[in-house]
Amino acid sequence: MGVLEAKNLKLQLNGKAILNNLSINFWDGHIHAVVGPNGAGKSSLAAAIMGLSGYRGFEGEVIFEGRSIKEMTIDERARAGITLAWQEPARFEGLTIKEFIKASAKDKSDEAIVNVLKQVGIDPVEHMKRAVDKTLSGGERKKVELASILALKPKVAILDEPDSGIDIESIERIFDAVRILKEGGTTVIMITHSLAVLDHAEHAFLMCDGQVVDQGGIGKIRKYFEGKCLTCDHKNLPLQEIGGQK
Amino acid sequence: MKSKTDLMADLYKETDTDPHELQDPEVAHLVIEGNKVLGMQGVPGFHVDVRELEDGVDIKVKLDEGTKLRKPVHLCFGLYSDTGVQRIIMNVDIGKNSQISLLAHCVFPFAIDVQHIMDAKIRIGDGARYSYFERHIHSPKGGVKVYPKAVVEIGKKAHFKTEFELLKGRVGLIDIDYETICEDDGIVDMTARISGRDDDIIKVKETANLKGENARGLLTSKIAVRDRARAEVYNKMTATGAYARGHVDCKEIVQDDGVAVAIPIVEVHHAKAHITHEAAIGSVDSRQLETLMSRGLSEDDAVELIINGMLSE
Repeated sequence: MGVLEAKNLKLQLNGKAILNNLSINFWDGHIHAVVGPNGAGKSSLAAAIMGLSGYRGFEGEVIFEGRSIKEMTIDERARAGITLAWQEPARFEGLTIKEFIKASAKDKSDEAIVNVLKQVGIDPVEHMKRAVDKTLSGGERKKVELASILALKPKVAILDEPDSGIDIESIERIFDAVRILKEGGTTVIMITHSLAVLDHAEHAFLMCDGQVVDQGGIGKIRKYFEGKCLTCDHKNLPLQEIGGQK
Repeated sequence: MKSKTDLMADLYKETDTDPHELQDPEVAHLVIEGNKVLGMQGVPGFHVDVRELEDGVDIKVKLDEGTKLRKPVHLCFGLYSDTGVQRIIMNVDIGKNSQISLLAHCVFPFAIDVQHIMDAKIRIGDGARYSYFERHIHSPKGGVKVYPKAVVEIGKKAHFKTEFELLKGRVGLIDIDYETICEDDGIVDMTARISGRDDDIIKVKETANLKGENARGLLTSKIAVRDRARAEVYNKMTATGAYARGHVDCKEIVQDDGVAVAIPIVEVHHAKAHITHEAAIGSVDSRQLETLMSRGLSEDDAVELIINGMLSE
């Protein structure tokens, strides 16, 4: 059953079509991957669903649990149950990891915060009082952001490039956290162009040029993406310009 | 009429500090309400002399040469009434190679029309370390006008550190004017963290003269203004000594119809001295804001959290 659906989304930025009549339907409780080359519109889709500034003026509809969320602000969408982890998480001067996670946590106890940090492979003793600022590596900030989403327990978590900046040793922790989210009932949407991330999904959508061009099981989408998309050099030229290449 | 002890306890309760700390014989303290001394305790090597004025007090503080106080000295200045003037004249003499940290609470919890004027002259002897942490508790109505003024002479290899912070209530008007002169190998480190709202006015003027060879300076201002509040930061650092090094850093967050002005002035009068400055004024970072909102915080709560983080840094 679909929990989150985008219908006929059209979005232009600086005169360029970013989302091209895109329709997509995410099933409740599943781990989805949205794959595609750079510039395919994956992150723009995530931003439009979350209602970020610059991505609100789209045509079409975004339906969550049967009702339109198009007019909702970001925080209203979040309180309804949708959240987003950025590809490049924000830095917060002076705000400690504990304060950052606590701000969104359902359970604000120290024990709960310690628990989510451990789940993403962050040592709570060493890190709780550190600021979410430039003293953390990009990978550490990704983990802290994921910990905050575990603490939030959302209905839908959109993770934009969840493995970006994560070292090889830590990558399994990220996938563990994705599994924990699913076990808690969260629908996970992973935006990615990484085959490793794709392999941890249950269902995948293939995007190109602002459209969903295919969807299905991981094996099918992986084969196409690896064989055609990764070697493709059209750089997301509009569909009409590339004819039948795809 | 409240007893001195009750009044002192009331003032201290506003600071979230345990008044029992003042009963520690190793903790020197001075508590003044208006022009009345409510409590005073010295410790060996630390001397305080207070003279009442019509509208405040004249205080002489002396720390003997070589005296190193292990525990911070507690100062509490306040007015419990809603109107009035409190003028504090301070002469501070810190002996050579001594060490002291002062925690000063300035408490005006019910102010409607209160002025707090501080005029300090501080001499820090060679090799001494002096830290002054000023924490303000104001009325939520903002009826306080605060004028902290200090001239600080920092001796050779001496260290002066000060932090000004508003813990509770509204600014009203804060007009800080600190001037420091730093001798050879001396260090000056001044920080102001203030958040204004409504029609608050914040003025920060901090001056560091790195006169001595190898003197070091850091001036930091973290200011936030919301509603119609206005902030003006004039930080000036001058280096005349060889190998003097310094940095002036000003960060101001502006929301709503707030106005922020930052004028960092750096002057270098020696080819072997070096000063840098950085000023950033702007709204709350949209990525930070959207991240917190995507976790369910309202825009106002997200801004509050971001500003508190910036101020606590």
